[in-house]
Amino acid sequence: MNIIVLVKQTPATESVIQISDDGRSVLTDTVKWIMNPYDEYAVEEAVRIRDAMGGEITIVSLGPAKFAEAIRTGLAMGADKGVLIQVDAVQNYDELEIAEILASEIRRTPYDLILAGQKAVDDDGCLVGTAVAEYLSIPGVPLVVEQTIADNSIQCVCDRDGGEIVLKSNFPVLLTVQKGLNEPRFASMPGIMKAKKKPLQIKSLSDVTDTPEKYGRSKMQLGYVRHAPERKAGRIIEGETTAVKVSELVRLLHEKENVI
Amino acid sequence: MSQHILAITERTDGGLRKAGLEAVSEGRRIARKLERDLHVLVFGSDTDAAETELKGLGADKIWCVSNIRQDMFQADVAATFAAGFIQREGVSIVLFGASMWGRECAVRLAVQSGGSIAMDCVSIQIERDSLTAVRPVYGGKALAEVELLKEPKIAVIRPNSMKIEAAEGKGEVEYIACDAVESRVEFVEARPKTGDIDLTEAEIVVSGGRGVGGADFTLIESLARASGAAVGASRSAVDEGWRPHSDQVGQTGKVVSPKLYIACGISGAVQHLAGMSSSGIVVAVNKDPEAPIFSRADYGVVGDLFEVLPLLTEEIRKIKD
Repeated sequence: MNIIVLVKQTPATESVIQISDDGRSVLTDTVKWIMNPYDEYAVEEAVRIRDAMGGEITIVSLGPAKFAEAIRTGLAMGADKGVLIQVDAVQNYDELEIAEILASEIRRTPYDLILAGQKAVDDDGCLVGTAVAEYLSIPGVPLVVEQTIADNSIQCVCDRDGGEIVLKSNFPVLLTVQKGLNEPRFASMPGIMKAKKKPLQIKSLSDVTDTPEKYGRSKMQLGYVRHAPERKAGRIIEGETTAVKVSELVRLLHEKENVI
Repeated sequence: MSQHILAITERTDGGLRKAGLEAVSEGRRIARKLERDLHVLVFGSDTDAAETELKGLGADKIWCVSNIRQDMFQADVAATFAAGFIQREGVSIVLFGASMWGRECAVRLAVQSGGSIAMDCVSIQIERDSLTAVRPVYGGKALAEVELLKEPKIAVIRPNSMKIEAAEGKGEVEYIACDAVESRVEFVEARPKTGDIDLTEAEIVVSGGRGVGGADFTLIESLARASGAAVGASRSAVDEGWRPHSDQVGQTGKVVSPKLYIACGISGAVQHLAGMSSSGIVVAVNKDPEAPIFSRADYGVVGDLFEVLPLLTEEIRKIKD
């Protein structure tokens, strides 16, 4: 089973977001960077499948030189090799373009299975994985929380609104993975040492596509970015007993706010 | 060629999804502004019923496609059908509700039609030929404005962000069948969670955190039942294995925007606040008066949730009766 895992590097979820003076981008110089949490589930699942069935895991990412750190993390978790399609500013490409570029790279490698996090916790686009499957014209199974491979097909339990759905596909197939699929391992010290020696190929856009000039926010332009309206501290409801506090709370919710 | 506005929605056995109705209503507003027709494509089971459910939302033409079963997934087939429809009828703007199926279908449609897409829009601005949308990023910590450049411009609407309102429309209905195209993915079975209210579309959410102390969420569930709410959980409660991950609210879970959000025993970590900050009214119940959640809540009750929640459930029951 040859597996490709799509990985992105994102600011840690505990990060407080700062916005540039021109109000058009998020400042990322001072934040702590991590592998996108959803991609960790993808790498972990790939390692488990490879260990059970053999084959090779390639991690593919598109982004600045810094994104090599996320690839190295994946290699330290057990992946075999990495490819970074290096662009200086990943924000200069829209998500559909990124998916199309990733698909052109993937077409050059033999693969059976592609795993991707269901979304990146920075752009919250929820679309690159599925779009890659569509560009490659292969089946895509979204929000996978459980998978079983048997008889040359893969059966997946997927999250859906109001429950779960079980879907089955032949290979090659792309899965976007959801929290709950597994418990990602921490990279061990020997793993980290070994990862340094594993192959990580850096490619440019023109190595991957014959038409690099066609990419660059051709479909979606970014405008401003601003902080979500900050919620202010309201009122702590006082009262002699809990019962008094609760009555007052319910009165406010019912009469004043009209939400109950 | 006429450039219609198109809303695409799925129908489940439980009816049309709220996010889908929001997409239709927003489509009506856009169509009115641009003086175009609003068409609605309905996929799913019992599309006859959809006709009644869509009445009064102002569609000019409702197309019911009964042989593509959203309940059996088939988002890829629906996208291929929609791409053909768009080319045939002439469509400049497409709206979806952000359900799992809606997202999947929208992305595939964007690729197949060569259009552009913005996911999880909370507002849409139309100025002549331009469509800009505002969407939450960084799990809701920030809002980003994006402009879609290529037609069809596909906006996927986040549940609970657009008003559903009555409107007039021509209301023509046509039943059509899709040519046999097979889904690349085989449907095995659906496992609906019965009786639960869907977290992202709920008007009220009651969430429990570490303060609940264990997997026994009875108090949270009782309060939720009394108030017609969905149950949510903080990351710690999910990581402890007390609740399924599908209940998690926050940057690595779901982003919710109910009218009322009640946080019980949740301290209020940055990544949790991100997931619920767009809620209408936030109530926090926590025994620690210093908990950060209080600085983001409209109303706070400092107290033991084991004492507060039963009383709160009782009081709400009284109002509802």
